[in-house]
Amino acid sequence: MIDAARCRADFPLLQGQEHGHRLVYLDNAATTQKPQAVLDAILDYYRTTNANVHRGAYGLAIRATEAYEAARERVARFLNAWAPEGVVFTRGTTEAINLVAGAYGRANLRQGDTVVVTAMDHHSNLVPWQILCQEKGAALRMVEITEDGRIDLSDFGQALERQPKIVAFPYVSNSLGTVNPAAQLIRLAHAVGAVVVVDGAQSTPHLKVDVQALDCDFYACSGHKMLGPMGSGALVAKPALLEVMPPYHGGGEMISKVWDDHSTYNTIPHKFEAGTPNVEGAVGLAAAIDYLERIGLDAIAEHEQALAKAAIERLSQIDGVVVYGPRGHRAGVVSFTYGDVHPHDIATILDQDGICIRAGHHCTQPLMRRLNVAATARASFYLYNDLEDVEALATSLVKAGALFGYVPA
Amino acid sequence: MDTSPPEPKLSALYQELILDHYRRPRNKGTLEHPTYAVSLNNPLCGDEIDLQLLVEDAVIRDVRFVGRGCSISQASASMMTHLLKEKSVPQALTLAGRMSAMMQGDDAAAKDKALGDLRALAGVAKFPVRIKCALLPWNALTDAFKSRA
Repeated sequence: MIDAARCRADFPLLQGQEHGHRLVYLDNAATTQKPQAVLDAILDYYRTTNANVHRGAYGLAIRATEAYEAARERVARFLNAWAPEGVVFTRGTTEAINLVAGAYGRANLRQGDTVVVTAMDHHSNLVPWQILCQEKGAALRMVEITEDGRIDLSDFGQALERQPKIVAFPYVSNSLGTVNPAAQLIRLAHAVGAVVVVDGAQSTPHLKVDVQALDCDFYACSGHKMLGPMGSGALVAKPALLEVMPPYHGGGEMISKVWDDHSTYNTIPHKFEAGTPNVEGAVGLAAAIDYLERIGLDAIAEHEQALAKAAIERLSQIDGVVVYGPRGHRAGVVSFTYGDVHPHDIATILDQDGICIRAGHHCTQPLMRRLNVAATARASFYLYNDLEDVEALATSLVKAGALFGYVPA
Repeated sequence: MDTSPPEPKLSALYQELILDHYRRPRNKGTLEHPTYAVSLNNPLCGDEIDLQLLVEDAVIRDVRFVGRGCSISQASASMMTHLLKEKSVPQALTLAGRMSAMMQGDDAAAKDKALGDLRALAGVAKFPVRIKCALLPWNALTDAFKSRA
C-alpha cells in the first residue's frame, strides 16, 4: 500500500483539525484536497507567467501560452489522447459532456434517434442527454443495473438493438464504486455504429486510463477530483470528430475570421475554447498529474481497492449496515445505510469526530430509486487515506447508532 | 467499540423527544378531502414531504404528512402537525415565523411555549446545514397557504 501518512504531509489542509479531531477526509468522490505542489504551481503561474494566452506578442504572453499548451500536452500524455489538439479544456466533466451534447449531439441527432444512458449515470451524464432528446424528439433509453450494482449487460445489448446514435456511461460509478467494463461496452456500442461518450470523472483520478486502448469517442474528466484545482477539466476526443463538429460557445479565441453577419472558426481545440481560458486551472491540473504519476496510478488503484475492501468488511460487521454496489471490480467508493439512522444524521454525527463523508443522492436520483433508498451515506478514499481512517469511520458509525438508540431488528 | 459518551453538542441535537417523533411520527398519512395539499423537496439532499391540511372557517381541523428524510425533518413535521390542529391559519403562520426565528438562534423564540415540542429542535440552530431540514415542513406549510391565497 501507499505510505498514506507521508502523502498527507504534502497536503496542507489535511494537517488541520475538525472539532478537535484529526481531519479524516472521506469525500474524495466529491472533490479531493490539493498537495502543496499544485498550490505552488498556481501561485507560481500568477507570480511569474500570467498574461492572456494566444493573443499577446510580448514575451510574457508567449510564456503564458506555452504554459497553457504544455498543460494540454501533459493531459494528452496522461490519458494517452489521440493528439494534444484532441484535448479541449473545460470547467470539468459536466461542461465536457454538455459540450458533446450541445455540439456533436445537436448536429447529428435526428427525430426518432436514440441515445443510450445507464441507470447509474450521474445527473451530469443524464440531464444533458434529456435536454438534447427533448429538443430533437429523440428517445432516451436507460440501461438497467443488476442487483449488485453493475450495468446489466443483457439490457445493454437490448438497448443497442435500437441502433442508438450515442451511448453514454460512467467508467466508474460515483455512487456505487462499480468499475464498468468500459472497453467491452465501447466495442459493443461501436458494433451498432454508436458514438461513445465516457464519463471519466471517477475513473481518471483512480486508475490508469488509456483512451486509445478504450477506443471511446469522447472522454470527460474533472481536475478537482484528481488533486487539481476546481474549474479545471477536459474533454478528450478523437480529433476527426472535433474537426467536423460545430462550435459550442461563441466568442473570442474560437474564431478565425469574423464578418458582420458570420464567422469562420479556429482550428481544434481552440474552436471549442471561447473566451479567456482557465490557465491557472490547466497549469494546476498539470502539476496534479505530475504528482499522481510520481506515485503511480496502478499503486493508487491498488491502495484504494484495499481500503474499500477493508471498509466493506469492517462496516459489514456492524449490525444494520447495508453496503451497496458490487463486491469485486470496484473503486474506492463505499455507499451504505445504517438501519433507520438517516444518512444526513450519520454525516452530522461523524463530522463531530472530524470525519467528512457525503450523505444524499450523490446526483444519481434514478439509481437511488432503483436501490429503493432516498439517500445513502458514502465514504470515498484516496491516496492519503489509510486503514486508520477506515477504523475511525467504523468507530464513529457505531457511536451514531448508540446515539440514536438504534437496535438492529 | 467506542463506549465513550456522545459529544454534548450532539446529544443536544438528537434529544430523545426528537428520536421519538422520528420513529413514531404523529399524523403520518393522507386526508380524504384536503383543502390544501403541497409537496416540497430539498433537491440538495432528497428529503421530501407531502403535506395536507383540512381547513374550515380559517381553522386547521386536520393535518397529515407523508415524507422521507432525516430525523430532523421528519421530527419537525411530526411535531408541527401535532401543534397545528385547531389553530387558525394566521396562528399557524405566526408559529412558522417563530420556528424560523428559533432556527436563526433567537433565544426568546426557543423559550416560547407556543412552539411546544418543537423547542427540542432549538439545538439545530447550531448546525447551519441542518436548518433547512427542520424548516422543510414549515416551508411546505407556508407554500400551501400561498398556493390558495
